[in-house]
Amino acid sequence: MSNLNELYQQVILDHNKNPKNYGQLPPPCCSAEGKNPLCGDHIDVYLTIEDGIIKDLKFEGDGCAISKASASIMTTVLKGKPVEAANEYLEMFQDLVTSDQPNEEHKDKLGKMAIFRGVHEFPARVKCATLAWHTVKDAVEAN
Amino acid sequence: MMNQPLLHKKDSLTNIESARLSFPALDQSINDHPLVYFDNAATTHKPLSVLKSIDQFYSSYNSNVHRGVHSLSQKATELYEDARKTIQGFINAESTQEIIFVKGTTDAINLIAQTYGRSNIQAGDEILITEMEHHSNIVPWQILAEQNDCKLNIIPFNDNGELILENIDHLLTSKTKLVSIVHASNSLGTINPIETIIRKAHLKGIPVIIDAAQSIQHGKIDVQKLDCDFLAFSGHKIYGPTGIGVLYGKKALLEKMPPYQGGGDMISYVSFEKTTYNELPYKFEAGTPNIAGGIGLGAAIEFFQSYNINNIIAKEQALLKYGQQKLLEVPGLKLIGTAENKTALFSFVLKGIHPHDIGTILNQYGIAVRSGHHCTQPVMTHYKIPATVRASLVFYNTEREIDFLVEKLHAVNEVFK
Repeated sequence: MSNLNELYQQVILDHNKNPKNYGQLPPPCCSAEGKNPLCGDHIDVYLTIEDGIIKDLKFEGDGCAISKASASIMTTVLKGKPVEAANEYLEMFQDLVTSDQPNEEHKDKLGKMAIFRGVHEFPARVKCATLAWHTVKDAVEAN
Repeated sequence: MMNQPLLHKKDSLTNIESARLSFPALDQSINDHPLVYFDNAATTHKPLSVLKSIDQFYSSYNSNVHRGVHSLSQKATELYEDARKTIQGFINAESTQEIIFVKGTTDAINLIAQTYGRSNIQAGDEILITEMEHHSNIVPWQILAEQNDCKLNIIPFNDNGELILENIDHLLTSKTKLVSIVHASNSLGTINPIETIIRKAHLKGIPVIIDAAQSIQHGKIDVQKLDCDFLAFSGHKIYGPTGIGVLYGKKALLEKMPPYQGGGDMISYVSFEKTTYNELPYKFEAGTPNIAGGIGLGAAIEFFQSYNINNIIAKEQALLKYGQQKLLEVPGLKLIGTAENKTALFSFVLKGIHPHDIGTILNQYGIAVRSGHHCTQPVMTHYKIPATVRASLVFYNTEREIDFLVEKLHAVNEVFK
């Protein structure tokens, strides 16, 4: 059962139960909707961008523990970062959860996100873990 | 396992109990646990006799059908047409001309929509379906509605997952040109009173399509007794291979319908000026068909018929009763779909835990369930939930497997406590 413990770490379970930055942001903000048609998961993200910096970031939606925790931790990671970081982090995160040998250099930058490495053993759940990240990218691009 | 003899003692209880031995894929471990296969509504496993029939076709008789004068082609044609006869007998169709081989239920419904539908349903006309249809019995009609400017009417269901038929006479209006209903729901398990609906529709002269994808493997269907106008099912849900299914239609209706696809085999004579179409059922079977699939489906139905259907029903209903009681022992578990008359299918949610997480954890113990909306999003909308976990059983499943599921659902609760 070690794979399972690796996937459902306490931090992930905690974020699932009590997600950070859950809710909406008042306009003007940019937002996007992310969907996983396969499972019906659904997420809305809201960003306030000022001078190229992500000032505030919130999310709302229905999803599994993995997608919810990933969204929650993502909001804490991206807040205060330049908008370009959204894309950069998505690529690093994608590498973390899909690669057989993820890039070691990313380790420090990924910080808390590194706990999602367990998803690698569950290919069916990669989409859950990356949904929020893709949605933020869409929101930034639509801005 | 592959050398296990097929124990067939017709009509005896032992026969049903040993059915499991005929399915090689059931005898394996997943994540170091014996496989508990509870995803039969998605697809059932295949018995040895089906696997052998496909192997034998490709290794001995491989050839195209309806074309060659050579021995192999004749043998292939004979086996393929024998399968059609087996299916005709199985659902008691009047003639093999009424048995059209298709890819599956989805293909069958699209065929009806684009042939019968396109030529008979006009602007302003209505098609009546139910709130619990699979997307495959919604979307083909929406496509037709766009093409022909017609509309869909919906028979609702109550919170137990049973159709509300009080207003059926009002839903069957003077504009209703077609009724298309699911016999057994793939996400709720409900078995619908199709006899009543067919009778009421026929009183107004409206033809009825039955989606039998989730009922054909759980009981006896007699199309003449039912008097349905069309009936569709998939081979892979009744122990046969994927990519093959059946559309039954009354001959009088099929004859008047235009062809679905053009190509080889469906013609009688082709010139650049005019083409005349082949007779039934070939008019609807353009191109080289899924020959091995048809033969495999014939073998699957012979396998199914080698059991007493009443024993299959009794076993599955016993599993249903047992599971319904046992599952309620799990704290926070809510069954979605509690109809009086249903198949051995348990759709459920666990308080505070997403179905995907449940599915992933159960898989670690070798339990295969489906989690998601099961291609019935309107059903999820009805219950205001994004998804359910679905455990769908057939007669090769056991009460012990249900016990194991219940035990591991307690473990799921532990992870998220």
